[in-house]
Amino acid sequence: MKTRRDVFQALADPTRRAIIALLAASSMTPTAIAENFDSSRQTISKHLQILAECALLSPEQKGREIHYRLNPEGMKEVADFIEPFRVFWDDRFNKLESLMKKHQSKP
Amino acid sequence: MEQKTKVYAEEGKQDLFITREFDLPLPLLFKAYEDADLVEQWMGTKVLQLESKTQGSYRFETTDPKGNALTFRGVIHEFIPNKRIVRTFEMEKMPFGVQLELYAFEEVGGGKSKLEQHVIYQSVAHRDENLKWPFKQGLNGAHNRIQKILSNETK
Repeated sequence: MKTRRDVFQALADPTRRAIIALLAASSMTPTAIAENFDSSRQTISKHLQILAECALLSPEQKGREIHYRLNPEGMKEVADFIEPFRVFWDDRFNKLESLMKKHQSKP
Repeated sequence: MEQKTKVYAEEGKQDLFITREFDLPLPLLFKAYEDADLVEQWMGTKVLQLESKTQGSYRFETTDPKGNALTFRGVIHEFIPNKRIVRTFEMEKMPFGVQLELYAFEEVGGGKSKLEQHVIYQSVAHRDENLKWPFKQGLNGAHNRIQKILSNETK
C-alpha cells in the first residue's frame, strides 16, 4: 500500500497538518495559504506538492489561478485506519472531561 | 465538526502522538492524572497502586469484556505537576511490549488546556499491534463506542 505510507508521511509534518486545517474551511490559492505561515512561498509550494501527490489535496483551475482544496477521499483513508484507536481515546478523554467538570462544580 | 482527539501515527515509525484539548483549566486536567480516585473513575480501572512522583510507580487492574482481569504497570520517570509526566507502561502477561509515554500538559487560555501524549513503542510492529488493538475488541468494544458517539452527535 504505497499510497497509505505517503499519506502518513505527508501528515507527519506540522506545517502540512496546519495547511490541511486551513483548507478545511475553504479552498485557497498557494499565495493565500503561504500568507498564513512564516515559511517561504517555495517551502509552502513543496508542502502543497507533497499533499497533492498523496491525494490529500486536489488542485483546481479557477480562471487564471490554481486553488487547492481538501480531498475528502484522501482524508478518509487515513481516518479509517486509525479511527477505532482514536475513538477509544476520545471516549476516555470525554469521560475525563465530564468527570472533572463535575469535580470542579463541587462545593 | 472538528475532532477534539487527534491521533498522528506516521507509517513505518515506532511512535505516535495523541492530542486533545479539554474544556478544563490546566490544574483540573492534571489532577485527573495525579489522583488515584479520579484515575479509577475516568479510566474505568482499579488503581492497585499509584505513587505520583518522580521515581514513583503505578499498577492498575481492569477487566476485559470476557471478565478476565488484566493488570498493567509502569514506573514514573518524571513527574512535574501541571507540566509533564514521563512513564513506562506494560500490560502484564501480554505480548504488546513495554512502551515509553511522555505526557505534556499545557494551558491554552480561556479556561482550556491541552494534552499531548507521545507514545514510543519497542518496534514498528509493536506500535501497529497496539494501533489495531481496538479493532480486535470487535463488536463488543470499539464499534459500540463509535455507534454511541455517533448517535449522541446526531441527537
